[in-house]
Amino acid sequence: MSPIGSAIARLARGRVVRHLARHRAFLTGSALFLGVLVVAVFADAIAPTAPAAMRFRDRFTPPGAAFPLGTDNFGRNLLSRVVYGARLSLEIGFSVVVLTGVAGTLLGAAGGYFRRLDIWLIAALDALMAFPTVLLAVGITAALGPSAANAVIALTAVYTPRTARIVRASVLVIRELDYVQAARASGADHQRILLHHVLPNSMAPLIVQLTFIFAYAILAEAILSFLGMGPQPPTPTWGNIIAEGRVYMREAPWISLFPGLAIAVTVLGLNLLGDGLRDALDPRMKVQQA
Amino acid sequence: MLGYVVRRLLRSVPVLFGVSLVSFFLMQIVPGDPATIIAGLGASQQEIDRVRAELGLDRPMLVQLGSWYRGIARGDLGDSVLLGRSVTRSILERLPVTLSLSGYALVLTLAVGLTTGVFAALRPNTWLDQALMTIALVGVSLPSFWLGLMLIVLFAVQLDWLPSGGYVPMSESLGGWLRSTTLPAVSLALLQIGLLARITRSTMLEALGQDYVRTARTKGLPARTVVGKHAFKNVMIPVVTVVGIVFSLLLSGSVVIETVYSLPGVGRLLASAVLRRDYPVIQGGLLIVAAGLMLLNLLVDVLYAYLDPRVRYVADR
Repeated sequence: MSPIGSAIARLARGRVVRHLARHRAFLTGSALFLGVLVVAVFADAIAPTAPAAMRFRDRFTPPGAAFPLGTDNFGRNLLSRVVYGARLSLEIGFSVVVLTGVAGTLLGAAGGYFRRLDIWLIAALDALMAFPTVLLAVGITAALGPSAANAVIALTAVYTPRTARIVRASVLVIRELDYVQAARASGADHQRILLHHVLPNSMAPLIVQLTFIFAYAILAEAILSFLGMGPQPPTPTWGNIIAEGRVYMREAPWISLFPGLAIAVTVLGLNLLGDGLRDALDPRMKVQQA
Repeated sequence: MLGYVVRRLLRSVPVLFGVSLVSFFLMQIVPGDPATIIAGLGASQQEIDRVRAELGLDRPMLVQLGSWYRGIARGDLGDSVLLGRSVTRSILERLPVTLSLSGYALVLTLAVGLTTGVFAALRPNTWLDQALMTIALVGVSLPSFWLGLMLIVLFAVQLDWLPSGGYVPMSESLGGWLRSTTLPAVSLALLQIGLLARITRSTMLEALGQDYVRTARTKGLPARTVVGKHAFKNVMIPVVTVVGIVFSLLLSGSVVIETVYSLPGVGRLLASAVLRRDYPVIQGGLLIVAAGLMLLNLLVDVLYAYLDPRVRYVADR
């Protein structure tokens, strides 16, 4: 079984699930995140119009019966734009989580397991982590050009060192445990030891970290978009809509209000999910909570 | 102690080297020809060639790398393409704005974050604790730049209490500086306040459960002494290490917050350099910020080792 597969299999077994089912923060977080996910998946059904459809007659309509979230300076329906924004934000966030998870696991496992590689790896990771996250992401998108794909690349480059460090730390501990030594003594090769014995047991802190990275990535993507370094207008990302509304803050504050609330709900949901997973998967943190 | 400081210094040398390499390679990963991109649409071949020669892009990469390091040694990070001025000077001029704003936000973070965390930990699992931690969690989840805009709508447009933007230097008028930086500092600090409150609460809870705290209680010390002296002092140790991270987050936030409030700081300089592809400013800005943060973290680590002698022995794995 793949490392992640077996970690999930362990998750499904009893204790963790029972713990999560009683964890109020986890349940609230799941509900919020699932809500956003449903909106993103069924955007075509939920959005009343296409996100770019303009009706100049209806410019700057405040939220009301006809337009629940109001319209913007082009008479575009903000409900449609925020709903399609959910899809793009989650797509970008999820891509960053998957790429960061894979790259971080590979690098972290290599560094923690093969000690000779480690010095170089640590120096490279520390160098990348020395930059403030958003500044580095902004710098990379400035070099590569503004687009959704480049935002994903930039955010992956920013968050991979952080996941790699976490995987490396758990690999360093686990590789010295008796059962790994036993596997080594019984003649298992590096690949088998890493994939079957070390990595599956290093997954818990990674899963927790990736939940938080999902949240950070959504916040950071909004910043990139707001600065004009994300997917270009008229693409309805939440950051773009907030930036477009900024000019009309006095007359039509609702344009920027709703995409910001959407970000807050999504990130809050993910943070609550992460808190719940951490309490359930990391026994040390649970002691502190008690 | 001296040995620890020297070892810590030596360990930051390769990292600093890596940081400067990353900054250098930013221009190398530009797809296509950076000179054409910088010169902009509709630039003539002559202009493109002029930009290319100015930035030294017509020379081999290793030569460029060599002159990048010669420049760093002299404190010369090249000239801004758009401002036509030295990158180092442009950044240093704007540094007071960013540093005073970050310092203000840091003070807010420590004052509010620590108090909130300690109060929540003293009454764990009561309504007060849950209310404070819910607020902290919401604070961690709000996008700072959006919060900044909403604060402008409320306090500048509706109530007309504070300006919606612009900057007054501290040297000109302290009151004016406070007025111009309060909304930006609050928008910047909220995320950090939430983080610090959560960390303080859990460390404080841990400290309160320790044997020495129980001993202090059983020998009849007043609760204030137990909490203030025995528990809180130990909470300060992890908090000191967090300050480096908090400052890094504040600098990240300053890019958008200075843009939202039109403050003439390093963050806004970088935000506009990015939009106009002014690569020397981006490279120099990233390098200076990262090097400054490394220096700050070095000071934090030394302070940490001074506060907690165990670190000097454990830190060198």
